[in-house]
Amino acid sequence: MTNPDARISGVLEGQPHSAGPALKTYLVLLFFLALKAAGNSWMAWGMKQVPERMSMNPALYLRAMLNPFVAMGIAALILALLTRMALLSLADLSFVLPVTAVGYVIAVFLGKVFLHETVTRQRWLGTLLIFAGAILVGSTSRNTTSTPPAEDPR
Amino acid sequence: MKWILVIVMVLATVLSDLLQSHEMKRAGEQSVSARGLARLLHTIAQRRLLILGVACNAVSFFAFMALVQTEPLSFAVPASSASFVLETVLAKFVLHERIGARRAAGALAVLAGVVLVGG
Repeated sequence: MTNPDARISGVLEGQPHSAGPALKTYLVLLFFLALKAAGNSWMAWGMKQVPERMSMNPALYLRAMLNPFVAMGIAALILALLTRMALLSLADLSFVLPVTAVGYVIAVFLGKVFLHETVTRQRWLGTLLIFAGAILVGSTSRNTTSTPPAEDPR
Repeated sequence: MKWILVIVMVLATVLSDLLQSHEMKRAGEQSVSARGLARLLHTIAQRRLLILGVACNAVSFFAFMALVQTEPLSFAVPASSASFVLETVLAKFVLHERIGARRAAGALAVLAGVVLVGG
């Protein structure tokens, strides 16, 4: 077997909640949140510089991609999609959904700091609830389905 | 029109996530190193249901974009969180995930928070 990841998961089979993969799950989660925040910010910044309003015309979208911020945003968001898929291989869907909602908290924070958006009391309360809920879910065991042995990709 | 977009968006999101979760667990644990991502792309190319999941993701993305062109974010974001409820219920009954009291309570807190942030 040439893939070290596959070898490690083979060694750890039978103890799916050991510290190694759990730490990996949180690291992949952080990586996803960073990519998503960067991607959305670059997209929003770039799209503001694109003069035309988007419509059903695909040529407009292609022209928008010529903006470097839009292009970087799209690249980061594609990488975020792949990272989320890796996260889904490590943890339950009912685990991933609440913990990735921390992205909303980051969006509110970035909007306040960089775009100087006013954050209402209701929005701060929502942010707090998301954070508390995500921590609660994050402390449950991440994978509750009996995982079949990994299929060899080759 | 706006409710049609909401329904399309929510159903596409739910289908996309159920397919991705199911397929990714079967594919085994992945990593996000350069080599890990290459292996992940290889995995996607080999699994039709995973490709369908990504296609559904694209449908939901464009439905959301179309929605925010006419409706305010304060409508679009809470509307999109309807998928959160549906997905958690289906994760239990279709994907057979065990959702204990703590995870259920946390998910409800997050849902309430998303509605407050969007609203």
